[in-house]
Amino acid sequence: MIASILSGNTQEFHSLIRPYERSVFSMALSLLQNEADAEDAAQDAFLKAFRNLKAFRAESKFSTWLISITLNEARSRLRKKKTMKVQSIEEQQEEHNHASPALLRDWREIPSEALERQEVKLILQQAITDLPLIYREIFLLRDVEELSVNESAETLGISVASVKVRLHRARMMLQKKLAPQLKQTSPKRRWLPWL
Amino acid sequence: MVIDCKHVWEHISGYLDGTLAPEQLEQVQKHLEHCEICSAILDSTRNILILTADDRVFELPLGFSERLHARLDDEIKRISPEVT
Ligand SMILES: [Zn+2]
Repeated sequence: MIASILSGNTQEFHSLIRPYERSVFSMALSLLQNEADAEDAAQDAFLKAFRNLKAFRAESKFSTWLISITLNEARSRLRKKKTMKVQSIEEQQEEHNHASPALLRDWREIPSEALERQEVKLILQQAITDLPLIYREIFLLRDVEELSVNESAETLGISVASVKVRLHRARMMLQKKLAPQLKQTSPKRRWLPWL
Repeated sequence: MVIDCKHVWEHISGYLDGTLAPEQLEQVQKHLEHCEICSAILDSTRNILILTADDRVFELPLGFSERLHARLDDEIKRISPEVT
């Protein structure tokens, strides 16, 4: 399809990007923490993808390419908004913050249907957007967009070892915050002695 | 060799990604067999990652698609005007 678009069937770009609208927007929103900014950034990312389609190399996945454009778009907006001070505090945290999990004696599986509940959705959104930026980025690329460790390292411009360390901490931070909260939201088990 | 809980926590991410070396994997698995706390931490982490990665967590705003495609349309027409 990309070859066809480049040869002049530009209207096909609409269908090309449809499957990625949600993930590009989610990525932008998780990074920018503001719906209007995120929509704007997502639109700009798609426009950039269209303008630079010639630069896309077939050996990489289109989704991965699109995600890295979105990340860069969000990053440049964050740079404009935030001072460098915020960033450097986050960098320091990487050195000192030893991620430890929330301790539990047991865990009852929370099914994906729980996402139908607004309450659960909000808890998850908050936990993701509360992650310090360097952890949010790696979590989004690796666990949400499912880039490989190597692709993530390349996209973020960091080493594979850093990807692993940051990802581990991001996951532990999410577990620490979410495990106790989600446990409370699951409906109380009713006592059904005949089961 | 017996490893303690804190040591297991360091390997949770690697365990989930299946990237632990065989001897590490064996140590972690042995520990998990008798430690309910580490088992619960592992299960909750796995569960939480499935939930947070779900694309229903963030919803598209109403009219998002329409606005996006309208803007794209303008751009596409501007860059490559139809000859027909
Ligand atoms: Zn343990």
